[in-house]
Amino acid sequence: MSLSLADVARIAHLARIEITATEADRTLAQLNDIFSMIEKMQAVDTTGIEPMAHPLGGHQRLREDLVTETGRRETSLANAPAQRDGLFLVPKVIE
Amino acid sequence: MIGDALHRSTIADLSRLLSAREVSAVELAHLYLNRIDAHRDLNAFLDVRPEVTLAQAAAADARLACGDATPLTGIPVAHKDIFVTRDFASTAGSRMLAGYMSPFDAAVVENLGAAGMVTLGKLNCDEFAMGSSNENSAYGNVLNPWDKSAVPGGSSGGSSAAVAARIAPVATATDTGGSIREPAAFTGITGTKPTYGRPSRWGMIAFASSLDTAGLMTGSAEDAALVLNAMVGFDARDSTSIDRPPEDYTRSLAQPLNGMRIGVPGEFFGAGLAADVESAIRTALDTYRGLGATLVDISLPNAELGIPVYYVVAPAECSSNLSRFDGVRYGHRAKNYSDLTDMIKKSRAEGLGPEPKRRILIGAYVLSHGYYDAYYIKAQQVRRLIADEFREAFRLCDVIAGPVTTSVAFGFGEKAADPVSMYMSDLYTIPGSLAGIPSMSIPCGFGAHQRPVGLQLMANYFDEARMLNAAHQYQLATDWHRLVPPGF
Repeated sequence: MSLSLADVARIAHLARIEITATEADRTLAQLNDIFSMIEKMQAVDTTGIEPMAHPLGGHQRLREDLVTETGRRETSLANAPAQRDGLFLVPKVIE
Repeated sequence: MIGDALHRSTIADLSRLLSAREVSAVELAHLYLNRIDAHRDLNAFLDVRPEVTLAQAAAADARLACGDATPLTGIPVAHKDIFVTRDFASTAGSRMLAGYMSPFDAAVVENLGAAGMVTLGKLNCDEFAMGSSNENSAYGNVLNPWDKSAVPGGSSGGSSAAVAARIAPVATATDTGGSIREPAAFTGITGTKPTYGRPSRWGMIAFASSLDTAGLMTGSAEDAALVLNAMVGFDARDSTSIDRPPEDYTRSLAQPLNGMRIGVPGEFFGAGLAADVESAIRTALDTYRGLGATLVDISLPNAELGIPVYYVVAPAECSSNLSRFDGVRYGHRAKNYSDLTDMIKKSRAEGLGPEPKRRILIGAYVLSHGYYDAYYIKAQQVRRLIADEFREAFRLCDVIAGPVTTSVAFGFGEKAADPVSMYMSDLYTIPGSLAGIPSMSIPCGFGAHQRPVGLQLMANYFDEARMLNAAHQYQLATDWHRLVPPGF
């Protein structure tokens, strides 16, 4: 299989990354190289093999749903590109 | 007191000098800060704050004075810039996080700090730990101290260069597909990746969560064991942290190797392996035979599929993890945009470099509707086959040995334009990462252009102590790990 420019534009949109036409061209060639390398794994018969999501198997531990960190508003906001009155600022989304 | 060669001491030696009060933590901090400054051309460090380091050193001296010290109190350490730190900027080698000051310390940083180690600063790395040459850092190339025209390996290239140049006695690093072992091999030092889940990932800027493992760059296996003792441990804040009692990784170092079975996978000696590397590895295997170990032929038939599997699994997890960089809560925000979606798209386009973008796109594709089963599930199935082959192999042997890399360190620009050829750098390291087993690189000679060669040792889950035993016994019999690049 190989990707098209339309595929690149679609996944760039899904990933929320702006991509120029020149970048899309170059990216298309590189992604197709990478996917032709990835294709090699399709030759292996994996019928009945359980997918491995995690090296040590098992389930992920769940913790109690408790508030463990409080009073962090100041430090949490300190790195925000735009903030006011203890809130993160974003462009207006509702008219 | 402070001799010309103090910076070449092992951690075990520095620890003895500190506890005998023959050197102070402040003196050691000055020594290494001066060396960092004198070797700035390596570009190994991204953030150095002497006032922070010296305050930590003074606190270490106070602990030493009142008898409250651990064997690591006063020993300087530098952290890969993937670990977040409160007192130094944390960038992950990305423009996206330029100047980011974390509200907390990573668990690994916390643990080593609690033992009294003194932080020298933050180390350069490939952007978000994605790369094999450190050429993907937004903050410039790191030079290999053995040959400044060669890459130091990646993604932990700042960590490897700093320890090789002895401008830090130990550095933290992270390994997702080989990012500790490959740079350690390229710079002739000892690089150790424990079992997945043994060190906490809390505060490690995430790349691929089912693979990311914290580890160490050191001058020797003994030093690695000493620092691992303080670094690893259960952490409830990391959902994949393993709840096992602490252990002493130095406990087996002194055991002779008589009767140890060393597995040699035929697949790691195929056509892709350069002759100079193969020759150094074969000589190292002979040394092991001389030390009383038995070499056993083993087979890992699907190991070569590690790269295809990895380049599905890791990008899938990366595309998910890096979605947090949206220019809202932290990180780069574009100046001009039309609406919220446009702001996010432009911020990510400007803040992320080419390699993270490439991997995010691959990940978005393999996880998208219609491709999920053919790529993501398929890759996870082959991943299990690879892990099962290791389990089988460890019925026949105690430790697996082979090359870390197909060649010695390559030159700048040699592979940068061709992602697939760069990805092949991790042919021998990725299988162990996919399985999640402990593995390490120890120096075992030199190849073309007098560049170092690394021997890879791998052990079964939680069998770090045996792997370190094999490494330490080799280092008692050889001098490769003691060699320092000329001028350092």
